[in-house]
Parts: sequence; structure tokens; C-alpha cells
Amino acid sequence: MTAPASPSPSAPPPAPKADAPRRGPLGALSSLPRGGTATVALLLLLIFVVIATQNPSFFEGPPLMGFGKKAAPLVILAVGQYLVIVSGEFDLSVGSLVGAQVVVAARLIDGDEAMTWPVLGLMVVFGLVVGLVNGLVTTLLKVPSIITTLGTMLILFGAVRYWTGGAPTGALSDAFRVPGRNGIENVPVLHQIPWALLIAAAVVVAGVLVMRSPYGRTLMATGDNDTAAAFSGVRVWSVRTLAFMASSLLATLAAVLIGGYAGVTAQVGQGLEFTAITAVVLGGVVLGGGRGTVLAAALGALTVEALFTLFNQLYLPSTIQPAAQGLIIIAAVAYASRRGELRLPGRPLRRPDHPTGHSPGSSRR
Amino acid sequence: MRVPPALLAGAAGLALVLSACTTDAPDDEAAEGTGLTPDEEWFDQEEFDAQLAQRDIEPEGDPEQPWLQAIEPEWTDTGEFAADDPGDSTVCFSNASVSNPWRVTGFITMEQQVEALQEEGRIGEFRVSDAADDDNQQISDIQAFVDAGDCDAIIISPSTTATLTPAVETACESGVPVIVFDRGVNTDCMVTFIHPIGGYAYGADAAEFLVDELEPGSTVLALRILPGVDVLEHRWAAAQTIFDDSELEVLGFEFTGGDGAQIKDLVSQHLQRGSVDGIWMDAGDGAVAGLEAFEDAGQPYPVIAGEDELSFMRKWDEEDITAIAPVYSNFQWRTPVLAASMILAGEEVPSEWVLPQEPIREDELPDYLERNADMPSLHYAKFGGEDLPGFPEAWTDR
Repeated sequence: MTAPASPSPSAPPPAPKADAPRRGPLGALSSLPRGGTATVALLLLLIFVVIATQNPSFFEGPPLMGFGKKAAPLVILAVGQYLVIVSGEFDLSVGSLVGAQVVVAARLIDGDEAMTWPVLGLMVVFGLVVGLVNGLVTTLLKVPSIITTLGTMLILFGAVRYWTGGAPTGALSDAFRVPGRNGIENVPVLHQIPWALLIAAAVVVAGVLVMRSPYGRTLMATGDNDTAAAFSGVRVWSVRTLAFMASSLLATLAAVLIGGYAGVTAQVGQGLEFTAITAVVLGGVVLGGGRGTVLAAALGALTVEALFTLFNQLYLPSTIQPAAQGLIIIAAVAYASRRGELRLPGRPLRRPDHPTGHSPGSSRR
Repeated sequence: MRVPPALLAGAAGLALVLSACTTDAPDDEAAEGTGLTPDEEWFDQEEFDAQLAQRDIEPEGDPEQPWLQAIEPEWTDTGEFAADDPGDSTVCFSNASVSNPWRVTGFITMEQQVEALQEEGRIGEFRVSDAADDDNQQISDIQAFVDAGDCDAIIISPSTTATLTPAVETACESGVPVIVFDRGVNTDCMVTFIHPIGGYAYGADAAEFLVDELEPGSTVLALRILPGVDVLEHRWAAAQTIFDDSELEVLGFEFTGGDGAQIKDLVSQHLQRGSVDGIWMDAGDGAVAGLEAFEDAGQPYPVIAGEDELSFMRKWDEEDITAIAPVYSNFQWRTPVLAASMILAGEEVPSEWVLPQEPIREDELPDYLERNADMPSLHYAKFGGEDLPGFPEAWTDR
């Protein structure tokens, strides 16, 4: 296998595409199908095959639906994370937000069915406010999003700990738990189609449609080069703030599904932000923005879940999962970097308020 | 040739999986994830035998006040620490953390006990520092108490054993009476070390119940929270020893982090592959999520050993499950402040204060549920604070 950065001399020159970035010899590689949708799908298939050798009954319907039910919240989080990452930022607050939403919901509902809808409404408002704050602090106060959302993560974590004294109280209502736990029953072969799976599918479709809309194209352009986007009349701050709000809103939806799936525990949501970022990166979405597809991010989420399922099938301790996640992030980013696609947020030349900061001779990218 | 990032990353992940597979699975049993020989590092046959025997020893003291009972105590004279006016004395407490519901429940119980003692004029000020599970923080917390020089007694709930040992020794050297509880340290300089019987007894209570209730040849899944914590490792080591002598088939053990979603997913996956007749847990957090996996799979409930957390005990009662609630006596949080007041009064205390640790069985279930009817679901039934001021509001409005 040839190293990715040195295409075989005998290979025919790839046909340039109109939207391919032109960056010297490496640019040729980028002209190949982007986003990694096909490759992450292939990888998912590969992991499924290995799972099938360990557990042949995995594809018998109910286990597959069970997998879908478990993976759905991560798919939704990955779509939200995708919107933020493709705009050139990060959202580290989603795990804490999921935890906060579940704990707050349990305390406010406290087993009372009548409270289900009012509390769901409150959760949506709370999610939107968290996203708005993340977005405005990042875009208007110019705090790098990795810091903004790290701060939000700690604030939410600490506030919930303080409010509950470390132990969640109350209980979720049965109605609240329906989307995460139940589904369409008595389906032939599959037995049950989980609501969670249908909701996740709807979110992916909505995500694809959003990315094809003018807003989606603006978002992609902002992530690709916010200076250029700003010069062409894009209000970068509002575009990015909307992405943060979408991410928090989807984290709220994921919280409803996760709380529904397993009920309230003190640990709910912990570490989910990193799993979501792993999923997005695995889907070939480039950290730094401007590349990748919603579908690839969703497939990345399924792949991460499948990999964890495989770990369980092989009786590997779950303690190895963070190490595997780290490996995936580094491998994917190292690869993107070798392809010359990596642009982490915060590099001066991409700041719209310093449009002349870019020296023409720069070859950093 | 182009190597897509996903494949590269995935290949790395798979390589990790496969390499782990080849090195960790020398035989079929290991490939199934469990050997039933306890790790030597965590298994002490003498201590195991001693703890199992302690379960059957009648503790000294009033059974109505188990937090003041002691198993085979050796009394220590504390006359040298007697205060002229205990009501003016300052008791300092270095807490490891309140990072889980068990510790939160216990700490509330402790605070209410302090209030009672203050009303009786048996202690004065109660000063608390919380290290948030950080060893370094706790070492400096203890040093700060020593440097301040106005603590008349120092209570320590260590975050880890070896690291906190020198800090405890420093506190002892300051001449103030030191009380250690919950987890131990490698020194006996403290006036008293307070703890329930221990992890071996806990793990054995759970494992013996499964062995008694299940037919030979039944399958058992073990769910553990984290590796490397002594009280938890001892629970698993005891269970391994007992399962090894039984005719039960242990499917394996899984680490869950106490996360309900993880527990439900793991149990669901095991149910997809075959029947699970029994569940052993090293701590009951998330036991309900495990039981729900059986509900969602349309399978009968397993025989299960959870813990005295109310969410589990309520489910046990509602669904009439065959279960036991092993207990790591939460009421032990009362004992250190009571010990401090005894020391300040110059009374004798046990040098190693072993509290009773009795699992809750089916016949006691209704009683404990009634006593805790107003309590939140992540509360521990044997918190022992029913007679304290502020009951029940202090525990319900947390």
C-alpha cells in the first residue's frame, strides 16, 4: 500500500473537480470523493462482519434493532457536532448538557405524567439558551470555541452537582421514556422498530436537507474560509451561533432518548462529547471545518457504537474504550493533516477581523 | 493508492482489538472473559476468612443503634485527649468527595449527626473540606487543618489508601486525635479506624445468594463499576472464590462505570447471545437499568444481587424479583463524629471499630421501604438517620 501523500507515479492523473482545493501536489488527492461516506460505510460493514463471526444472531432482527436503539442518541449528537465542526468550531458541552437535561427532567417531573410536556418544553428552551450562549461567547467575544464549550461543560457539570448535591433525585414519567425505550411493536421479523431509530433517521434526513439549503452552504463556506465568507457578505457570527444552537437542541433530543433508554443515573452523559467528536472525525469530517457530510458523521456514530459492541463481544474491558477513541481521533486527524486538510480553529489567517493577516507566501496549509 | 481516513482509523482500532485478542486469550476460558481465580493483588485468604466469620459474630452494643455497635472491639483509652469543654471544641473533617449518591447520602447523615451533637453540647464547630476525589487536594486539606492548629480532632475519609498514608501520619504527629473511616490507610497511628466488615463480606453475601437460589449449571453475569478500587476489588475477589466452588457458569464480567445506559446495553447484548439466569453486581448503581434489559427483551427477571439503593429495592418489591441487597453500611458516616465526641469526653473507643454489615433480605424489604417511603430513588436504605434532627427533610430536599 502506497503512502497516502505520495501517489504512485504510474497512477493516471485524477480528473480535477471544480470544487477541489488546489494545494500543489497534495491537492490531487483531495479531488477524490470527499467526506469519506463510502469508506466509513465500508468500515462499518467490516466491523459488522467481525461481530457476525462472534455473534451470528446479531443480524436476526431484534438484536439489530437493539443496536439501533442504543446508537440513536449518538447519531443525533454526531449530527449536531457535525454542524458545529463543519463551521470550524467544537462543541465540548454536549455531554454535560445531556446529563444536566436528564437530571433536571427527573427532578422536575418526579414521576408525574402531567409534567411530561411542560418539562420537555422547558428542556428545549434550556437547550437553545445554552447553544445561544456558546455561540455568542465564541463569535462575539472571540473566545475559541474549545474554551467556551469547555467552560460550559464545567459550568453545567458543576451546577447540576451543586443543585442535586451529587445525587439526582426524582424520576422520569413513563410518557417521557416512550421515545427512548419503546417503538412500533409486533413488526414481523424485527419485532419492534424503536422510536429512537426513527427519530435518529429523521434527524439525519433533516441534517442532509439543511446542508443542501442556502444556510448549509453558507455554514460550509464559513468553515472553509470565514474570511472569504465574511467578505462575501455572510454574517459569520449568526451562522455559527445557529450551528451551536442546533447542536444544543440535538443534545436535548439525545437526552430525551438516553433518559428514556436507561432512566436516571448519576453518570448519565459523561464523556459523550468525546464520543460524538470521535464519531464525526471517523466519518472523515475534517476538524477545522469546511469538509464532510452529515451522512458520513452519522455513519461514523454507528461505526463507533459498532466498535464498542465488538469490544463487548470480544470481552475486552470497557476501560479500553477511551484509549480506542483517542487512537481513532489521532489517526484520523494525522491522516487529514498529511492530506493538508487540517485547519484547526483560531489560526490568524482565518479571522474575519484580520483579513490582511494572511501573508501571500504562507504555505502553512 | 488512497487510504481513506476512516479505514486508517478503523484499521488501527481493529489492530488494537485483534492484538488484545491474541495476547489476552491463551485459552477458551480467558476468551470468554473470566477466570475464576482472584487476582493475587486483591485477594488475602486470611482477611477473606476473617470477614466471612465476622458476619456471624454478634456485635457488642445496642442493636437499635448499629452505628454504635462494634464487632470484637479492642478498647483504647483516650483520656489524654479529653477536652475541658467539648462544646467549645472544633472537629475538622477531610472528606474525599461527595461524588456519588452513596457518599452524598452518608454526608447528609453525618451533618445531621453533627447537629444533634452540637445541640447536646458534645462538640462545637464542625469544619469540612472536600477534596473532590483529588489525592493532592486532600493531602493539602489535611496539612491545612494541621497548620491551622485549632482542630481538636481530625476525621479523615481517605480518597486512596497508599497516597494518603503519609498525610494521615502527619495529622497523627500533630498530637490531635485522628479518626479514619470508610477506606483504610497503611498505618495504625490513628486513635480509631471505623469501617463496616468489608468488601469480601459484601461480595460473598451476593455470590452466596446466587449460588443458593440458582440451579446448578445456571449462568451468571457479573457487572462491575471500575477496576483498581480496593473495596470493589475485594467484592469481586470474594465472588470469584465462591463461584469457583459452585456449579454456576459465570459468563464474564463487565465494567460499567455505573452508567445505566452502558449497563442496559451490556445486559441486552448478553441476552441476545443466550440466557442469563443471575446477575451479580459489585455495587447496585444502575441495577434497575439491568433489570429493564430483561423486560425489553421479553425475558423473565434474573436472580439478582443489587444494593440497598432505593430504586433497586422498589423495583424488587413491585416486580417480586428474587433478589438480595448487600449493604456497605451507609450509617458508618454517623460513627466518626460520635467517636470524636467520645474521644473529646475522654471515653474509650475501639481501636479498630468494625461496624455490622448485614444484607437486606426479602423478609426485611417491606420494613425498609416503609421507613424510606419519602426518600429519593438514589438514596440508601441503611442510612440510619431516622432518629436524627431534620429527618426526613434533610435527605429528601438534597
